[in-house]
Amino acid sequence: MAVSRINEAGLNVNQYGNRNLIINGAMQVAQRGTSFTNPSVSAYTLDRWSTTYSHDGAVDISQSTTTPAGFKNSLKIDVTTADSSLSSSQYHILQQVIEGQNLSHLNYGSSDAKEVTISFWVRSNKTGTYCVEIQTSGSQELARPYTINTANTWEHKTLTWIANTDFTITETNAIGLYIYWWLAAGSDYTGSPIATTWASNTNRVTGQTNFLDSTSNELYITGVQLEVGDTATDFEHRTFADELDKCKRYFEKITKETNSTFIGGGMWYNSTSPYVGCKYKVTKRAVPTVTSATDSNGYTFFVGGSSRAASALDFSRQTTYSVRVSQSGGLSGSGGTNPQATHATWLEITGSGASIEIDAEL
Amino acid sequence: MNIESAQYHEDLGDRNIKAVIDGITYYVPISEDNRHYAAILEWAEEDGNEIQAAE
Repeated sequence: MAVSRINEAGLNVNQYGNRNLIINGAMQVAQRGTSFTNPSVSAYTLDRWSTTYSHDGAVDISQSTTTPAGFKNSLKIDVTTADSSLSSSQYHILQQVIEGQNLSHLNYGSSDAKEVTISFWVRSNKTGTYCVEIQTSGSQELARPYTINTANTWEHKTLTWIANTDFTITETNAIGLYIYWWLAAGSDYTGSPIATTWASNTNRVTGQTNFLDSTSNELYITGVQLEVGDTATDFEHRTFADELDKCKRYFEKITKETNSTFIGGGMWYNSTSPYVGCKYKVTKRAVPTVTSATDSNGYTFFVGGSSRAASALDFSRQTTYSVRVSQSGGLSGSGGTNPQATHATWLEITGSGASIEIDAEL
Repeated sequence: MNIESAQYHEDLGDRNIKAVIDGITYYVPISEDNRHYAAILEWAEEDGNEIQAAE
């Protein structure tokens, strides 16, 4: 029998895709690595997740396999140097920054603005009040508190934000919203009572626990979802491939696989300057920063019958699609045809420590 | 991010910035949408910092 009409009321909303505005909410994608010792301010760790802070302590971040049922990974925050007496302006935040053009349907800054709900799993030995805050690109914010009730137990939290009818957000490829998981806050941010409206608030995270007060403290988080509406639906489990591609819009790392990884073909401009093209797997959010890891003879440019090796690469002509690659620091090796202008070449990553990183993060 | 140095880098008709940030050499495009470029501009406004001319 042909279906002539779908009754939407009869559909399970959990079947709808692309409702989670958080990328890598299940903490599975870790292109930069799985362990980060005291990452610097604003440094990215697991894909799309970064920290921002100002305090006298230190924390490590890692990808963990301690999870609630139905998840493979979590993000672990481990205090390695305590700061039990924060000064007034100090803080520590785990954050995800969301691209503005992914948020147009929130209608922020209009009478049609939507409520949003954030849900996540969290576990820590350090019980108490914590806050999640949403901040617009124009620095208007609103936090919602939650409580970790029981030590070392996974708890599912759901927080809903009132519609932001007053403040628009950037709806381009620039920053639209910051989502902050506060872990520590000095008195500049914790005045009472906590703000309940969207504004450039001062009483931002009243009651925030100081997670930094002991090196025994650790916190795990996973299953993070931000969606439109006042209800948290089941976590949207995207395939690993889909999640990885979403992450690669912002960061892509190319390493050696098995014997080598082919990067691209090109031509010798002269006897010491090979140029090849490197096309990214995914078009980037913006023109990216590019770097290569220094690795002794880890990059191989081929010539007729032989090759020449470089320990680092030089980059130019970056676009959101591709980058031009040459050698940096000189070439080693001999044999085969001596390279000269117009000779063809190609580049492979051949060293186990070699890599190309393409960074278009917000 | 800790910017240690920055120098314009020119190669075959293109120009970007070769910067050492947190001990790593990056090739930063001259693009306002790029967070490293924005940070370098901010860094260059501080006393004593300057984007060096290309070699």
